[in-house]
Amino acid sequence: MSTQENVISAQAGIHPHAHHGHHHDHDAEATDKVVFGFWIYIMSDCILFASIFGAFAVLHNNTFGGPDAKELFSMPYVLVETFLLLTSSFTYGLAMLGTYRGAKNQVLFWLGITFLLGLGFICMEVNEFHKLILEGNGPQRSAFLSSFFTLVGTHGLHVTCGLIWMVLLMLQVGKHGIGAVTTRKLACLSLFWHFLDIVWIFVFTVVYLMGAI
Amino acid sequence: MIEHILGKLDLSAIPFDEPPAMIAGGGMVVGAIAVVILITYLRKWKWLWTEWLTSVDHKKIGIMYILVALVMLLRGFADAMLMRAQQAVSVGSAHGFLPPSHYDQIFTAHGVIMIFFMAMPIMVGLMNIVVPLQIGARDVAFPFLNSVSFWLFVVGVILVMLSLIVGEFGRTGWLAYPPLSETQFSPGVGVDYYLWSLQISGIGTLLTGVNFFVTIIKMRCPGMTLMRMPIFTWTALCTNILIIIAFPILTVTLGMLALDRYLDFHFFSNSFGGNQMLYVNLIWAWGHPEVYILVLPAFGIFSEVVSTYCQKRLFGYTTMVYATACITILSFIVWLHHFFTMGAGANVNAFFGIATMVISIPTGVKIFNWLFTMYRGRVHFTAPMYWTLGFIVTFSIGGMTGVLLAVPGADFLLHNSLFLIAHFHNVIIGGVVFGYIAGITYWFPKATGIKLNEALGKASFWCWLVGFYFAFIPLYILGFMGATRRLSHYDAATGWHPYFVIALVGALIIFAGIGFMVLQIGTSILWRKKNMDTTGDPWNGRTLEWDTASPPPFYNFAHIPHVHSVEPHWDHKQALLNAEKHPARVESKRAYEPIHMPKNTGVGVMIGIFGFFLGFALIWDIWWLVIASGLAIFASVAYRSFDYDIDYYVTVEEIEKIENEISNRKRA
Repeated sequence: MSTQENVISAQAGIHPHAHHGHHHDHDAEATDKVVFGFWIYIMSDCILFASIFGAFAVLHNNTFGGPDAKELFSMPYVLVETFLLLTSSFTYGLAMLGTYRGAKNQVLFWLGITFLLGLGFICMEVNEFHKLILEGNGPQRSAFLSSFFTLVGTHGLHVTCGLIWMVLLMLQVGKHGIGAVTTRKLACLSLFWHFLDIVWIFVFTVVYLMGAI
Repeated sequence: MIEHILGKLDLSAIPFDEPPAMIAGGGMVVGAIAVVILITYLRKWKWLWTEWLTSVDHKKIGIMYILVALVMLLRGFADAMLMRAQQAVSVGSAHGFLPPSHYDQIFTAHGVIMIFFMAMPIMVGLMNIVVPLQIGARDVAFPFLNSVSFWLFVVGVILVMLSLIVGEFGRTGWLAYPPLSETQFSPGVGVDYYLWSLQISGIGTLLTGVNFFVTIIKMRCPGMTLMRMPIFTWTALCTNILIIIAFPILTVTLGMLALDRYLDFHFFSNSFGGNQMLYVNLIWAWGHPEVYILVLPAFGIFSEVVSTYCQKRLFGYTTMVYATACITILSFIVWLHHFFTMGAGANVNAFFGIATMVISIPTGVKIFNWLFTMYRGRVHFTAPMYWTLGFIVTFSIGGMTGVLLAVPGADFLLHNSLFLIAHFHNVIIGGVVFGYIAGITYWFPKATGIKLNEALGKASFWCWLVGFYFAFIPLYILGFMGATRRLSHYDAATGWHPYFVIALVGALIIFAGIGFMVLQIGTSILWRKKNMDTTGDPWNGRTLEWDTASPPPFYNFAHIPHVHSVEPHWDHKQALLNAEKHPARVESKRAYEPIHMPKNTGVGVMIGIFGFFLGFALIWDIWWLVIASGLAIFASVAYRSFDYDIDYYVTVEEIEKIENEISNRKRA
């Protein structure tokens, strides 16, 4: 099969090796359902984050004599974290461009870069948490810190799940190439990854920027 | 060493000192063993595994949901009987047969079971059986996720049941308000059972919500526009929207309480800046939509039932849809009426009071639509129609007491009293339960091919209806007399005793109603030869589910239907009657095409089993098991993700064989 055919079939979300008319219909339909369904799941995840943001908004002044956001957070450090995550969103976009071109190696390369950037973000976050806890400012210190750790930690947990998922997908792309199924899965992770980026923008604004004022 | 292996678990977890719990738990264990022995004796394990447990067929999953839910109805009702009996005898110097610690577990379990493990699964089960058929689809959008949802729900059920004999259940009331539910005041495992059974089954519910939303939006057959969907499907759509929006809030709230309890966080604690009203706000931001998650599908059922048994198109289809949508939206702006006494101020209370009253307008629209459908209809007084009529009267009364409670001033006096208990049982029994029983009776032949016995159904209805009024009207009066909820003992001078005795009589009458229900289902199945539905359309129905056989073949429709109206099946029948006038409308026999279907899978069961171990280990602090079962769940999901061989095509020969069998049955 020529590269050109590969490109067209991948763009249409169709398995290159499909030979039966029904398979074509079914693959396109399944992609439509799965991506839409995953989008709906993300909307519900959005509510989940909204609830935790709500709790943070209620509790962020309840420091119970402990330190507040201004004393605790270093803006340059958080800015580096932010750029790691934003860049990883960009590199995931490059991986998706590769997906639509059916270029397997390009996809694996950019997923690898995305993974490293995401891992860097998580390591920095774990380091920040570790430091806070060592200083006696863990989530048990005050309601403010409980909600801080929960909000940022829930985001971090999502990113960690995304990283594990990315590894699984890289294995699947390595094994099956860029077909209808792997394209669909890559598109879902793409939605998830960009969504986490947007959530982080809100975390950065509400927790760190507004906390610094 | 032993605490590393078993966590907090030891022999003292088994409540030998509480005879009622031991008897109930013992009965449960004996029953479970008897079922296992029976299945082994009949050599049905393989059949059970391949045909049911691993099935991804929405109809079978729906039946399993309802079966488990009916068992839980018995458990929840047993709790209700215990409470009624205790309150009828525990007056003055007598203290009844239940110590307060046990009584508190019973009212908590009753609420949790009836909402999460009886009402929710019956609703999800009916939705499973009916929605794909009504929209002319062959399955739900994500059949495997559907199986996972079911098994996560079963995990919740098993954990709640297990709490009877291993440890205890919460003593906090069904919403587990902190600070009572914090470790400081509830150090035992009761609240942990509560948290993990709800958290795990709640994730299943969220998956169901996404699954059915996508099914309804993406899988309707050609010609079925949104405004041609049957009303039950409309209500299911709105319910799933509510699930998708509300259940993440429950997940977060329970998660925060778990963090407070397990890791000493301070979301809702008394000190360290915690805020317990945050919990109350969050839990009701989920809890009020939850009420509509339950009742909207019941409204949908009544709409189908009324239209079918009055042999008339539903009055005001469009207004019914808009009323449903209005209620869906309004349900999110009334949560504060559950705690007017928080002290949010007169303006806030006024807003929420008025918003609450406004909900009665779309609801009233619905009531009038049903009444006008009956008006000049050819009413067939069948059992589902009885339930509908009982509902209209009972629910209207409950609605009016609800509007009364929506007045913040009145609520200050009546909140936390038995008036409130009477009100919400009035709408939940009169609305949700009557609706679901009507739905089960109505669609039973569709799901199983067997019609339920009419006489026993009506007997059950009369017992439920009369029993309801005997059980709950006294509670309204008691509320006015100042009786608060959750009392295990009261003084004789209060003068409450006679009313509690009448309420017990009412509960006993409802008990008879449940007896008739069990008898009805049992005998109808036993003597099924007499009650077979071979036509696929026993009630002269109007919507697509009656267009296929009863029970439908696993692929639902040999040909995907094309619809041109709100009542495709009715119009099709009319067209056949007028075949001479419109010969083109009669479909000639078309050739079959291979049908694409999902393969059964045991991964859902495996996730359920590991999910159970995860929940159990979290409750008892068995950390190695938490890690092991967590990894096992991850491995199951990854295994599924790497499996690309998950579907197949049904051959034309097999479809022909099945369709011939169905038409032979019809002719016989």
